[in-house]
Amino acid sequence: MSDVNQLTRKDFVSDQAVRWCPGCGDYAILSQMQRVLPELGIPREKMVFISGIGCSSRFPYYMNTFGIHSIHGRAPTLATGLKLANPDLTVAVITGDGDGLSIGGNHLLHAMRRNIDIKIFLFNNRIYGLTKGQYSPTSLPGTKTKSSPLGSIETAFNPISVALSAEATFVARTVDVEVKHMGEVLRRAFEHKGVSFVEIFQNCIIFNDGTWDPVTNKDVKDDNRVMLEHGKPLIFGKHRDKGIRMSRCLQPEVVSLSDVNPDELLVHDEYSENMNLAFMLSRMAYPELPVPIGIFRQVEHPTYESTVLDQVHAAQQARGVGKLKDLYSAEDTWTVAAQGVNGHDDHRFTME
Amino acid sequence: MTERVKPVNVEEVESVVIRFAGDSGDGMQLTGTQFTNTAAIIGNDISTLPEYPAEIRAPVGTLAGVSGFQVHIASQEIFTSGDDPHVLIAMNPAALKASLGELKPGGAIIVDEDEFTAPNLRKADYTSNPLEDGSLAGYQVHKVRLTTLNRHAVEGIPGLSSKETDRSRNFFALGLTFWIYDRPLESTLEWIDDKFKKNPAVKEANRRALQAGYHYGDTSESFSTRYKVKPAALPAGDYRKVTGNEAVALGLVTAAALADKPLVYCTYPITPASDILHFLAPLRNFDVRTYQAEDEIAAMGATIGAAFGGAFAATGTSGPGLALKSEAINLAVVLELPMVIVDVQRGGPSTGLPTKPEQADLLQALFGRNGESPIPVLAMQSPADGYEAAIEAFRIAVRAMTPVMLLSDGYLANSAEPWAMPNPDRLPPIDVRHPMLADFQDGQPFLPYARDPQTMGRPWALPGAYGLEHRIGGLAKQPGTGNVSYSPDDNDRMIRDRAAKIAKLAEYIPLLEIFGKPTGDLLVLGWGSSYGAIHQAVDKAQQSGRSVSAVHLRHLNPFPRNLGEIMDQFDRILVPEMNLGQLAMLLKARYLKPVISMTKVRGRPFKISEISAKIDELLG
Ligand SMILES: Cc1ncc(C[n+]2csc(CCOP(=O)(O)OP(=O)(O)O)c2C)c(N)n1
Ligand code: SF4
Ligand SMILES: [Mg+2]
Repeated sequence: MSDVNQLTRKDFVSDQAVRWCPGCGDYAILSQMQRVLPELGIPREKMVFISGIGCSSRFPYYMNTFGIHSIHGRAPTLATGLKLANPDLTVAVITGDGDGLSIGGNHLLHAMRRNIDIKIFLFNNRIYGLTKGQYSPTSLPGTKTKSSPLGSIETAFNPISVALSAEATFVARTVDVEVKHMGEVLRRAFEHKGVSFVEIFQNCIIFNDGTWDPVTNKDVKDDNRVMLEHGKPLIFGKHRDKGIRMSRCLQPEVVSLSDVNPDELLVHDEYSENMNLAFMLSRMAYPELPVPIGIFRQVEHPTYESTVLDQVHAAQQARGVGKLKDLYSAEDTWTVAAQGVNGHDDHRFTME
Repeated sequence: MTERVKPVNVEEVESVVIRFAGDSGDGMQLTGTQFTNTAAIIGNDISTLPEYPAEIRAPVGTLAGVSGFQVHIASQEIFTSGDDPHVLIAMNPAALKASLGELKPGGAIIVDEDEFTAPNLRKADYTSNPLEDGSLAGYQVHKVRLTTLNRHAVEGIPGLSSKETDRSRNFFALGLTFWIYDRPLESTLEWIDDKFKKNPAVKEANRRALQAGYHYGDTSESFSTRYKVKPAALPAGDYRKVTGNEAVALGLVTAAALADKPLVYCTYPITPASDILHFLAPLRNFDVRTYQAEDEIAAMGATIGAAFGGAFAATGTSGPGLALKSEAINLAVVLELPMVIVDVQRGGPSTGLPTKPEQADLLQALFGRNGESPIPVLAMQSPADGYEAAIEAFRIAVRAMTPVMLLSDGYLANSAEPWAMPNPDRLPPIDVRHPMLADFQDGQPFLPYARDPQTMGRPWALPGAYGLEHRIGGLAKQPGTGNVSYSPDDNDRMIRDRAAKIAKLAEYIPLLEIFGKPTGDLLVLGWGSSYGAIHQAVDKAQQSGRSVSAVHLRHLNPFPRNLGEIMDQFDRILVPEMNLGQLAMLLKARYLKPVISMTKVRGRPFKISEISAKIDELLG
């Protein structure tokens, strides 16, 4: 086993040349991942990165851990099987908005619903990068791309709402350019026992440049997003002079701190079993409301694979470790004795 | 009841095929199973074929709702569930109508006369009562007022509802059948006691019904002959009955145990493969980890993930599910990880005949993926054979580091036969090696795609192995390192190496054995579930002096080394298949031999008589 205390960022850099476009948001995510992993206290050989297909899904090749670059949309299925075989491993899934929410949408939902202890990182650039710029399930209506020259006519998925609806036990959002925040969210995602779903706003400089500008541009971002902190009131704005309060119709509304008593503001609770607050927050979107960034929800539920193993251990305790002989003869059996001179009559039949 | 006046004849027969047919609520599967178990226990060879309606609850009394169970019992070794039944037990008009077409001319029919009412006849689309209109003149018909007699038999049991009263009717029919074939009731009585121990009224009703049916045979003048089927001369050993699905499940569990590995079985329910899951799911104490995925793609993906993690990973499905798995199977091909894919073939295309067998997935199994994607393909040939086939599939998978396909079908899956249980302690273990960093001390690097010179398999290095971190994926690769490479040379090398690795398995798999003489006028060449029918037809032809032999393929990829030579020794080659000639096409392409294709896609297995007729036709 590797000495986990001596791991450094360099230990997680593979020998493969990184081939994303210069300026792609994926670089920052890779580098934060390589910075955070040595701090987790997990031996490198116990880490596995599994991806689907897309620019983002090239990620495992650049990580000097175990890894599989699988097929489009199916990474959560491989991760599930791997955890079933060896629950000891730390398994991360790297996916994109197309990979995870279009072709692999069903697998993503079910992996979250089952609470398999895998860490899912969805790089959301609101575009199909690898296939050169078609609209994706998270592209906003009206987005003009090669495949939607008149503007996308589809309603976009909100990945956080999807994850919460699928009962994910850890749900968070971070941004490629906010490296410190991202590092913290990655760490929390790995520390969570159960499924972690992290949406990372990622800029595709080639096909969808600036799609996250309202929340990343220095001049406006503080007015367009609200950072979630457990136990803290929802306050935002360049001058931290605005807050979120619930209206009498149970709708979030922006209020000026000069007008209202701070006690009236919504206070974030990451750990609530009740999902209502988290879900309401997930619906807050630019331009009507500031976009929440941070951890929406973290609750502890039994994980799928640990429950399977518990069943194995309980069955072995109750019935003993299975013996093939007993399994074979669990149905009625009979014995045919060696044949005597005159054939059939020498048979002896017993029923067990 | 009065004592009979006429004496009973006892006739000895070598074999008999009985078909129990009734409404799906009449308990015909249970009746047939009990009859079979008793036959097995007293030493007959047995083979069964249940037939369920495709709809779970078709309207009562209709043709769509008929459920049948055919059992073949014999005093010699048998290989199929029998061609046409000699005896039909029909619980209602629909059951009679649905099964009559297959009854042997002159065969016996036992019907519940009480059920032949005008409304029931109408439900079965009869315009007149077949018991009265002379249409059954060619058969021996036994009209039994089964419902009435049974009501009398169970009368007065405290707490028994009228519905439960009539539900015990099948045990009356079973008791009568036991009498006709001179079978003991003990095993079924014990079974009833156990099964219904929580419901004393039903238990008592079923016991009484069974005994009353038996007694009725003894006293009623309607039955003048009893038949004796002596025990068969099966090889010595300990036996149980298994269906094909059970045998495959037992084989998978055994293979994992032989390698000291957990079995991870990932699947999505589909007829007729689901019973493998049902059988494995309770086996947690064998460290069997079953996983019901959200679809077949997910099941295949999870199988690959589990294989990467070092488990014995397997998945099971049927044709439509196999189609969904194909992209992921291809990933397994290029990742070169060991796993077993069971395809229990059913009638296609599309949803097709979900409960009926076909062998039309052969080409899908071999070629239904993009690119050059060879995998070993095996076929089991009888229900019990699924056990060895599944173990062999895992041996091959681990040896060559490849997914392996095992083909079964809806007939093998559900039919049952005696299985001589091996002693698991005497089976050779399955050797699995996972490299460690220490294996590479002398400075040579760990190469994920280094090939074993003998098997061409690559190392199965597991996550968790310190110092062996590596990435594998679906993109084209450099030999050795497995790093992504788009070089023409690398691509060419990897594709040819993977193909050579599978072809090389021909050195490992056993040579084909010929049933009969090594040369002759005709070779009957089959694969999969047609084994029984072919074997018995060829056996018969040989006994009547014909120059005909048979070989049956377990291995469809690669073919056994001696297949070509064997084919060369015969004037003509007949290839019966439940498809439109898929193996025949492969043989023609591969060996440039003119084979005669015999095809059947009726959702029913080949009959012995069909193969015999074809042999006769060809040999004049
Ligand atoms: C079965 C299959 N269908 C389609 C493709 C083509 N394809 C590759 S990546 C991709 C979309 C990727 O988009 P996204 O997941 O958002 O990843 P990004 O490139 O934006 O990071 C598509 C359609 C494929 N590789 N496989
Ligand atoms: S196309 Fe976009 S997402 Fe893909 S590497 Fe280039 S910048 Fe990144
Ligand atoms: Mg994208």
